[in-house]
Amino acid sequence: MSQLADNVVRFTRILRAAGLPAGTGRVLEALRAVEAVGVSSRAGVYHALRAVLVSRRAERELFDEAFRAFFRAPELVDPALAGLLSQVQVPIEERKGMTRRLAEAMGVPPLKELVQPVERVEFDMSLTWSDRETLRKKDFEQMSAEELARTRAAVARLRLPIPEVPIRRFRPDAAGARIDLRATLRAASRGGFGQLDLRWRTRQRRPPPIVCLCDISGSMERYTRVLLGFVHALTNDRHRVFTFLFGTRLTDVTRHLRRRDVDVALTRVSKAVVDWGGGTRIGATLGEFNRRWARRVLSGAVVLLITDGLDRDGGAGLARQMERLHKSCRRLIWLNPLLRYAGFEPRAAGIRAILPHVDEHRPVHNLESLEQLISALGGRTTDGRSGRSVRTSP
Amino acid sequence: MADGNLPASVDDTLALLRAGDYVADEGLATALFLSLKLGRPLLLEGEAGVGKTEVAKVLARTLGRRMIRLQCYEGLDAAAALYEWDYARQMIEIRLAEAAGQRDKEGLERTVFDSRFLIQRPLLQAIAVPAGTPAPVLLIDELDRADEPFEAFLLEVLSDFQITVPEIGTFTAASPPLVIITSNRTREIHDALKRRCFYAWIDYPDLERELEIVRVRLPGISEGLGRQVVAFVQKLRDKDLFKLPGIAETLDWAQALVALDTGALDAARVDATLGVLLKYQDDVAKIRGAETAAILGSMG
Repeated sequence: MSQLADNVVRFTRILRAAGLPAGTGRVLEALRAVEAVGVSSRAGVYHALRAVLVSRRAERELFDEAFRAFFRAPELVDPALAGLLSQVQVPIEERKGMTRRLAEAMGVPPLKELVQPVERVEFDMSLTWSDRETLRKKDFEQMSAEELARTRAAVARLRLPIPEVPIRRFRPDAAGARIDLRATLRAASRGGFGQLDLRWRTRQRRPPPIVCLCDISGSMERYTRVLLGFVHALTNDRHRVFTFLFGTRLTDVTRHLRRRDVDVALTRVSKAVVDWGGGTRIGATLGEFNRRWARRVLSGAVVLLITDGLDRDGGAGLARQMERLHKSCRRLIWLNPLLRYAGFEPRAAGIRAILPHVDEHRPVHNLESLEQLISALGGRTTDGRSGRSVRTSP
Repeated sequence: MADGNLPASVDDTLALLRAGDYVADEGLATALFLSLKLGRPLLLEGEAGVGKTEVAKVLARTLGRRMIRLQCYEGLDAAAALYEWDYARQMIEIRLAEAAGQRDKEGLERTVFDSRFLIQRPLLQAIAVPAGTPAPVLLIDELDRADEPFEAFLLEVLSDFQITVPEIGTFTAASPPLVIITSNRTREIHDALKRRCFYAWIDYPDLERELEIVRVRLPGISEGLGRQVVAFVQKLRDKDLFKLPGIAETLDWAQALVALDTGALDAARVDATLGVLLKYQDDVAKIRGAETAAILGSMG
């Protein structure tokens, strides 16, 4: 019994070190679960521990690996052997397949990196785009102090003027249009039902969710740093902001951007992304978004699509995906850094595929335009550029 | 305790579900067994149509319990989840008292806020069961659709299984309900709530299990057609589709094919009934024709 407890404690400790949120409170629960199903079969113990210690699908793999490694070969029923399990030596050939995190958590020295460092591809200007997927990670340079200050100042003024939408919950409101019967009767009961003074209520409102789809390909390189700062501020300013980065593949960085500290958040983002500054496959990545995420995050959302529309795939399949995206959201706003050029003409295939499916098309190429964007979205049309916004016919 | 008929082991749980025509795998059965034995909610996640809600229904049926269902939606509030007063009848009561010339204010208050006028919503129903009746099965369906404030509120209810109505008093569950929570993962459920639950992810079944499900649920189907239907759907799940067909779709499709007197699958019949299986026009257009023929061909 105490042997079993000891093993469960050790196992959860390993899970915790490997990044699974298996808090100490769960140990007791896990122990009770194992006792409830009995230790006679390995599968029983496995399923019992999993039902307690795993609480999201993505954690299952890590759990499975940890379980295999920890409770290897010997049967649990033999307490003498079970006690040795935690010191089990993992054979070299099995280490390759082991998650690095897990290997580190178990104190197994990781094998040498098998991944070859991918050679660095230089991009000279923002108007070129790469022809190959460059799988490399890129560190964010620190924003200059001045840049940061201006971004934060701009963001502090940021009130995205996306109209709030009514929800089904009510709040008391003296000027409301509906009678709040519950409050009315309660008030009346206090006054001994001498008279009924009507109380009123109105629907609560809340801002719709925002989904940012941000292009991080080579041609966007110059802008992503500032724009991600913008998105980070947005994420921390309100609830329900989801952010996805795309180049040649789609990465969900919402959780990372929720970190309060902008540097910590952006460092985590840069670690999560593998296709930094490479090419763009807008159609394919938007397709992936539509399939995997649209139904989960898009209901009633406002989409900010941040891209220059330069597509390595030449816009293949893009129009169809844009149409689906547009149909599944409340409002689609395209933020395009290329729009700053006075002579901007939608010639590239990707751009022409996107244009018919956006509600608004705005420039974002520097802080200034970001500030303009904010004020323009705020309904205060400050300069002629906002006249460029594209309204599509239904 | 009126909970005498709960399963005693994982195998019992499997058998219990099987008796209700539900074919479960060991992971789900273990999680369900633990949740029943240790009295914690069971959180079920999985794609739409894999049989999450069905678990609660089968459980209620086989255990002979009442099932109480709370369907979640954005903006779900206490009035819809807990209780509501019947205002119209309260008003009438006040008018009647007035007409009868009743002057006793406190007596009137007691009458107006009497439990006769209390409309019980699902959560209160599940907790305010009369002593002696077995605890009901409480299904909290699609919790991901409700918003975060409701989730926090639910956490409170699920921790102590008691609900206070200020005008009446506190209801406490004699024996706590068997709680099953489902989520389609349109958003992540908060960790605090997850910690209170046993968790099971229901996957699409493999070929053998899905075939068994079809046999159990549609006893009238011929072995050959059942096998073809399941093989086709399994292949379809490898395709790059907007919405993959769930078990519910498999069963609907098989039923449709039986109703059409289908002996064996052919391309024309598949194309004509594809709408039962795929719920997006894009998906139907993608599979119809060449893909259908290719899948049928690969099945041999």
